[in-house]
Amino acid sequence: MAKIIAGFASSHVPAIGAAIDNKQTHDPYWQRVFSGFEKAKKWIADARPDVVIAVYNDHASAFSVELIPTFAIGCAAEFPPAEEGWGPRPVPVVNGHPQLASHIATSAILDGFDLTIANKMEVDHGLTVPLNLAFGSPDEWPCPVIPIAVNVVQYPPPTGKRCFDLGRAIRKAVASYPEDLRIVVFGTGGMSHQISGPRAGLINSKFDKAFLDRLTKDPKGLAAMPHIEYMREAGAEGIELVMWHVMRGALDDKVKEVYRFYTVPASNTAVGNIILENISKPAKKATAKKAAPKKKSLRKAA
Amino acid sequence: MAQAKSTTEEYEDIPGTFVFNAERSRQGYGINMFCMSLMKDENRKAFRANEAEYLKKFKLTPEQTDAVLKRDYNRMLELGGNIYFTAKLGATDGHSFRHLAATMTGSTQEDYARMMLEGGRSVEGNRSKSGKHDKPAKKAAAKPKAKAAPKSAKKSKSSSKRK
Repeated sequence: MAKIIAGFASSHVPAIGAAIDNKQTHDPYWQRVFSGFEKAKKWIADARPDVVIAVYNDHASAFSVELIPTFAIGCAAEFPPAEEGWGPRPVPVVNGHPQLASHIATSAILDGFDLTIANKMEVDHGLTVPLNLAFGSPDEWPCPVIPIAVNVVQYPPPTGKRCFDLGRAIRKAVASYPEDLRIVVFGTGGMSHQISGPRAGLINSKFDKAFLDRLTKDPKGLAAMPHIEYMREAGAEGIELVMWHVMRGALDDKVKEVYRFYTVPASNTAVGNIILENISKPAKKATAKKAAPKKKSLRKAA
Repeated sequence: MAQAKSTTEEYEDIPGTFVFNAERSRQGYGINMFCMSLMKDENRKAFRANEAEYLKKFKLTPEQTDAVLKRDYNRMLELGGNIYFTAKLGATDGHSFRHLAATMTGSTQEDYARMMLEGGRSVEGNRSKSGKHDKPAKKAAAKPKAKAAPKSAKKSKSSSKRK
């Protein structure tokens, strides 16, 4: 049976991608950011997920104002890097997992989440920067990735609670998928930042640190926070943090925080990274067979 | 409707911020689609060759056209542009997000870069135009390490006054 083993949340600042693409990661300015992700990289190398479900947002790359899906799940076999105005990022094509993605779409829609299905979609830095931060810059990404795009560009984005509940629906869907897969859910974006208007440059470390604390310990309470608080406290673009609730909702109520990193700034933005493991340890890959798939779940998947 | 109205009022109470809501998106459709067109090199060339002529394709209002031609980024946002879109105009001019951010705050590039290195613009004094929301809402920052609204000024002198 498929199982979500952990959540991995990280900012997805475009300048981080540019630093990687321009090989500036060892500059002192960027070293401060990248060194903070070394432990996260090691953790995920050890965790060896079979699939990543990555919750992210597009930044006027694949989606313009012509079509604004609140939640879109990528069910394609592959997702090419998007043109971002200065050429696509030189990163590998992101391979999907169409079977699991379609299963999640089916299950979530029947569960009340009217997801948009994306069978052709390009992905921008919102998705690929967190992949770099987790996996470095390999010739190909180590596992399939299911992108879930969330609108956080036009207000209102989905509420924190709705995002959390989508995480719950994803968890339910995964639990009824018959194949033995170990899955890590990525939440991306944030942390506090504002890049628009005269208030640009806003950073609120106190808010960000409290957000990280509550994400672990009080996820439902945190998910109830209204949009206006993100906007006031964490900047108009800090609203991206709602995407972290999808990740959190996909995990158990009680989780173990295994790593956290926070630094200011990367360009205009506060950078955060947190890794939360489900406490009920899933069977390791080698012994995963003991969790026999339930027939009932199989039927539901069909 | 009542909820939408009070939400808009709350949005408008945030200083130095043009919230890209459905209303602005509707008004700014032309600006944003114009900016989106700049993703293609041939369009960037056509725009550079004759900016005013190129803009005619996008049904902008005279105010919007003026804002684009003058590169008045705050005005573009006010008239319905969105930063992820207007950044494509910035990129066409060879400017990064950070460059645009500095421009929108009225800072020099050096001052803005320094403010960011010093921890960014403080939220203190930047929450609310009306003063109704000068402190963080209780639950936002107080749990689980219960500490009341921090009054201490940030080490950096950054605030909207900087502009």
